Amino acid sequence: MKTPTELRYAESHEWAAPDGGSATVGITDFAQDQLGDVVFVELPDVGRRVAKGEQMAVIESVKTASDIYAPVSGVIEAVNDALDARPELINSDPYGDGWLVRIGLADASELAGLLDAAAYTASASEEH
Amino acid sequence: MFDPMKRTPLFEAHEELGARMVEFAGYSMPLHYQAGINQEHLTVRQGVGLFDVSHMGEVRVVGPAATRFLQYATLNDPGRLKPGRGQYSMLPNATGGLIDDLFVYREGEDDFLVVANASNTAAVVRHLQDLAAGYECHVIDESDTVALLALQGPGAPLLLGQLVDDDLGQVKRNATLDVILSGIPVRLSRTGYTGEDGFEIFLRPTDAVSVWNMLLAAGASPCGLGARDTLRLEAGFPLHGHELTERSNPLCTPFAWVVKDKEFFGREAMWDPGCATRLVGLRLTERGIPRQGYRLLDASGAPVGEVTSGALSPLTRDGIGFAWVSRELAEPGTELAVEIRGQAVAARVVQPPFHLT
Repeated sequence: MKTPTELRYAESHEWAAPDGGSATVGITDFAQDQLGDVVFVELPDVGRRVAKGEQMAVIESVKTASDIYAPVSGVIEAVNDALDARPELINSDPYGDGWLVRIGLADASELAGLLDAAAYTASASEEH
Repeated sequence: MFDPMKRTPLFEAHEELGARMVEFAGYSMPLHYQAGINQEHLTVRQGVGLFDVSHMGEVRVVGPAATRFLQYATLNDPGRLKPGRGQYSMLPNATGGLIDDLFVYREGEDDFLVVANASNTAAVVRHLQDLAAGYECHVIDESDTVALLALQGPGAPLLLGQLVDDDLGQVKRNATLDVILSGIPVRLSRTGYTGEDGFEIFLRPTDAVSVWNMLLAAGASPCGLGARDTLRLEAGFPLHGHELTERSNPLCTPFAWVVKDKEFFGREAMWDPGCATRLVGLRLTERGIPRQGYRLLDASGAPVGEVTSGALSPLTRDGIGFAWVSRELAEPGTELAVEIRGQAVAARVVQPPFHLT
């Protein structure tokens, strides 16, 4: 299971990649593997304000619909429109082309409260 | 008491193939392999897939009164079967619902094999044994001495034909044939739960790994319970516990054809139902996936029913499902909506199957 060390993680299986005043957000390799084939993604509207921990998206696999939570607070600056036609990118490239949204950070210090790769791996393996 | 999950004879084979194993009906079963549910689904529609369904129950009913007994206990008429043929059937309870749906094979004049859903096998055996008191026949649970594979897809007859001496063209739908697969005796039945041509293969548990590996080597792809569920849904087949339950009257479903007009257990409770609601097929005309438990809404937004199974059809990419809906809205073509996360998503009542359009 890939867990890149340069990313920050939420226990609810989202990752955040800080980039200036924004963070790109997606779901982890562990999460996509647990979900199985992703077939439908419902993303938030650009401009929506989300709070850390707030449900912001839904990913549907063949078997189930899963809520996705904002790992940080802020404003949705961009969403990955490619997922509309190719939701399977979340399975094939969860840290790259399968990204979900970019959030303009309301409070950059929230990033420090997220898990590092080692802590996330430990947390996810407990759940498994 | 600690109750470990049961395993089929193919448990290790599934693990070696990298299957995602899940608990199903007390068994550890493959949900999917590395290809994933969608790919496995499409393989069965276009090629050949191989399923381990050894968790299913096999119950023998044998004795001079076996035919008369099963005519009373089940809803279809096994008396119409010639030896070597099988039929889809149902096991009614006393209150107009179903203990399970079944496949019933007539193996001899007075010898039947009933195939039951894994999650209901214990209840089926108990019910049949209780009901058989007073009939000159025996009800024997053979589930642990029978392994079952399903080879499904348009390429199945060709693939299997290369491994046996027999002409499989002579095996009609729902008919059985005993063959030797590279020295291993198996019973083939030309049936399945996918909407495709194919065979279910009854064999001894000790032979399961050999035959499984033989079929994979011949070109079949392993497929798990995930694809089995999307395939049966797309093909318009019900799953007990979803479309058919202890509380649902089969006469109010598209499967009413199974119920023959004869004496049977629980007939009084089942017969002449008002059918205030009916089971129908649904196809979403907007994007979305119906899921079990989602509400159906009419044009005014009032709740008029509930989804029993749903999926995104891997073949057509539409949201499809079954639902119970008020009788007056059950006609094919009726426009409804499924409530998905608070949104009304447009749907149409359709006649399954969903993949032949």
